This record gives sequence, structure tokens and C-alpha cells, in this order.
Amino acid sequence: MDLKDLYQEIILDHGKNPRNLGKFENFNKDAKGHNPLCGDKVHVYLKVDENKKISDIKFEGHGCAISMASASIMTELMKDKDQKEVNELIEDFLKMIKDNPELKSNLISEDDKTKLMSLSGVKKYPMRVKCATLPWHTLISAMTNKPGEVNTEKED
Amino acid sequence: MNIKDIKKEFPIFDNKVHNNDLVYLDSANSSQKPKVVVDRIYDFYTKEFSNVGRSVHYLAVAATNLYENTRVLVQKYINAKDPNEIVFTKGATEAINLVANTFGQKYLKEGDEILITELEHHSNYVPWHYLRKSKGVKINFADVDENGDISIESIEKKITPKTKILAITHLSNVTGAILPIKEIIQLAHSKNIPVLVDGCQGAPHLKLDMQDLDCDFYAISCHKMYGPTGLGVLYAKKKWLEELPPYQGGGGMIGEVKKEGITFGDLPNKYEAGTMATAQVIAFGESINFINKLGIEKIEEHERGLTKYGEEILRKNNSVKLIGSPKNKGSVLSFTLDGVHPHDIATILDEDGVAIRAGHHCCQILHEKLGLAATARASLGVYNTKDDLDQLNSSINKCIKIFNS
Repeated sequence: MDLKDLYQEIILDHGKNPRNLGKFENFNKDAKGHNPLCGDKVHVYLKVDENKKISDIKFEGHGCAISMASASIMTELMKDKDQKEVNELIEDFLKMIKDNPELKSNLISEDDKTKLMSLSGVKKYPMRVKCATLPWHTLISAMTNKPGEVNTEKED
Repeated sequence: MNIKDIKKEFPIFDNKVHNNDLVYLDSANSSQKPKVVVDRIYDFYTKEFSNVGRSVHYLAVAATNLYENTRVLVQKYINAKDPNEIVFTKGATEAINLVANTFGQKYLKEGDEILITELEHHSNYVPWHYLRKSKGVKINFADVDENGDISIESIEKKITPKTKILAITHLSNVTGAILPIKEIIQLAHSKNIPVLVDGCQGAPHLKLDMQDLDCDFYAISCHKMYGPTGLGVLYAKKKWLEELPPYQGGGGMIGEVKKEGITFGDLPNKYEAGTMATAQVIAFGESINFINKLGIEKIEEHERGLTKYGEEILRKNNSVKLIGSPKNKGSVLSFTLDGVHPHDIATILDEDGVAIRAGHHCCQILHEKLGLAATARASLGVYNTKDDLDQLNSSINKCIKIFNS
């Protein structure tokens, strides 16, 4: 194991200075996520326009560098994506964190892929995988108007 | 046995963690096991196994004697009056559930109040919570002060004529505060309020004397006392065990069973339904022998010295903020680091073989009060040394370096 794989510069940067942190007035979808084992919390706010496109996305929350960086990078990538694209990216990311060695989707640039792949270091740290996936599950919940809070201990 | 070489008695320390020596600082969560305890489980299953308290064959009689022998060892260890005041449970959690359930059933009614504190572990809050719904009782919380302490006055302030039971920790698993429980019990008794003490952190580190404390209930977690998992002890004054109804029904706890009705067994069988964790109980006897050989006073002194040393070196480290500076502090060092989340601390420390816990330590009420979502916690056991704490400090410095580079 190498800590440098986990705490890459991109992660430390996004962890310390998360992008899109906060809340905006006219959001029309939102969801909360919680990891009861460690207390990490995230609240994702979305503005989804009439074409089902995410025109704005922000998040509030607190947690470790991994969960904050994951939420930060996720919100950057999701802006201006439509529902189909959002689903594709979420699926691709979750599969990469679980099994796939690489991201497969062509929806994002190589630079963005590198950014997202910086989170792949958690694969070697099974206890930390949920830190990386919590914001993504919360985004699914917000997109699908799922009632209640996402809870990392109640996933399939 | 010498406390300085005590690590040798614990086989776990023969293993490497990420190619490093194990620095185990998570004993408040669960302690490691000495070889004598592990061997006792193996020996029991390979040479002596039988169920207890039922059959009359050779093995059954021998196993029953071994099982009951541990009850007497526990009784003596905590200076209870009678071995029948010792009930084995599946953990301290079950011990508290047993009291909440049976005491609630028999004595509590709508509007009654239960007093606990803001320091309590979830296992000394959640079991009482059920009584809110089933009985309509109210739960009050005695305030923790800025040092992470609970004063006698803070308890007194929350006692009302409706307070029916006080449930309180002996030693906080987050701030390390050792509560003045003898005085608190005296105060509660002066108002006819029985007291349950959550002794999960107390029993492994402090000398106990139930008769001197005069507490009504004391819950013990065996796996935090160098013993096996799946086992706890409830100490309860005999009068309570006689008065309260059984907790669970099943084999072993009955007197006479007829179609028309059932009578229940004598103490302590009344509270030990079904086949118990026999091997664990017998092995726990070895944990107590192990502690007794070293002497709990010696262990206390050793851990007190280490706690002080740990506090000193962490206070000198400007990036570390220690959580809780109670008057009387026991073997728990909770802390936060500027700009590094406790989970990241725990992962980075783990790489060096340093095992700590990060999170809310099952104390969300306290963390909310402290305004913290999580803390990092190093907690000590008999096997720890100053070297372990130096390693902790140097690994903490590594965290700071990674996050501030």
C-alpha cells in the first residue's frame, strides 16, 4: 500500500478547497447522505432545467479529505450534463471504484478522467471506499427524488 | 510477570502491520488477548467441552464447575457480596438492555424520568430510549462541562421528584473523565434513586469495589478486559435480581414449566436463558487471573503514567488539540488535528502500524455538544509503552506533513 496513491495532490487540493461548496437559492432537487459509522455528511443541491440538464450543482457537508474531494470533483464534472449523461458517469465511476481498472465513458475529457481516477486509490483501502462513493449515491438520490437520507450502511 | 515485558504475553504483537510493529492504541474499543486466554478457549474445546448446568456426566459437571468458578472470580474481582449477583450476558450492551427492559417494565410509568449524561456511549442511551415509546418516560441529560467532565452538581441539577433511575458512565470513552461515581451514587441514593454504572471503560482500568460503591447495577464488557468477545457481566444487587422480572425466556432459567404456567429459576439462572457463552466465560476467568497476577493497582499506575506522558507530548505538538482535560483522566487521548480529518489521520497512522479509532466513538450526543463531527482517539492498555506514544506523535507529524506539503 502506498499513501501517495490515496492522498494524491488532486485529492489534497480538492479536500482542502472543495469546489462548489455551499448552497444556492433556486435549487429544485436535493438529497442528504450520511455515513453513520464515521459521521460524514453531504447534502447535494441541484438545479435541473426543463431539458433535464444539471444547470447548477453545489454541495454542503463535512468529512474526510476523500469524501470532500470526491464531492468536489463530482460537482465539477456534473455541471451541464443531462440525466442520461449523469447516469452514465455515476455508473462508470462506481464500477471503477468497485472493479474496473479504468473509466470507460467518453463523456469527459482525458484531463477530467485523470482527475476522477485520482480517487481510485481508495480501492486498496476497503474501509474508505464509502467515503468516496457517498456523494455519488447522494447525487443519485437527488436526481431520482428518492425520499429519505442516503445511508452508507443501508446500501445493497 | 513484569509489566515492562507484558507485550510478550500477547501473541498479536508477533505480527507485523504493513511491515511495521503493531502499535495498538485502540483498547477502549477492544483490548488484545493474552496467550493464556486464547489457550484457555482451545483447551476447553479440545479437552473439557460440554454444556453446563444440565447433564450429570463427568464433562458436564467439570464444565459447570469451571463456568461457576469464573462467576466467583468476577465476584471477588469487583468485591460483590454474593456470586449470585453476577449475571453473564452477551455484552455490556445486553447488560444495560436487561436493566432498562426489566426495570422499565416493572417500575416505570408515563411521565417518569430517567437521568443519563451527555457523556454516555450509545449503549447507555439507546436501551433507555425504547422506554420513551413503550412507557412514555422522559430522558434527561446531565450537562458535560468544557473539560469533558460531569460534576456532582450537574447531576443534582437534573434530578427531579420524577427521576426513577440514574444511568451513568464510570469513565468516558472520549474525554477519559473518571466520574466521582461513589459521591454521585450517594447523592442519588439520598433521593431514593437507584444507579446503573456503565463500567465498560472503568472495569479494565480501575480497582472496583461494589460494596464500597454501593451501586445498584454495574455493566462490564469482557472483551475490553483482555477477555473474549460475546461476553459481558451485569453486577446487580441481589434485591434487584430478586425483584425484577426475567429478561429472556428459555431453557436453564426456569423452575417448573406446566401448561398452566411457569415458575422461574433461582439466581443467577433466572437471567441466563439458553446455552451461554460457556467457553468465553471460562476463558474470561483467565483474563481476571491475568489482571490479578499483575495487580490492578499496578496496571492503573502504569496506565496513569502513560496517559500523562501522552498528554504531555501531544500538548507540545502545536497542531494537536486534545479533547477533554478532566480533573481525573483515564487512559483515553482523544484529539483533532488542524486541517486533517480524523479518518485521514487514522488511515495515515495505520500505514505505520499505529491502530487508533476515528469517528464519534458511539457518542454522538457528546460530539454534537463539542461541535465536532468526529475525533481521533488513542486509547491505552496494559501492553502500551512510552515508545508507542512516541510513535503516535511521530506518525501524527507525518499526517501534518502530508496535508500541509
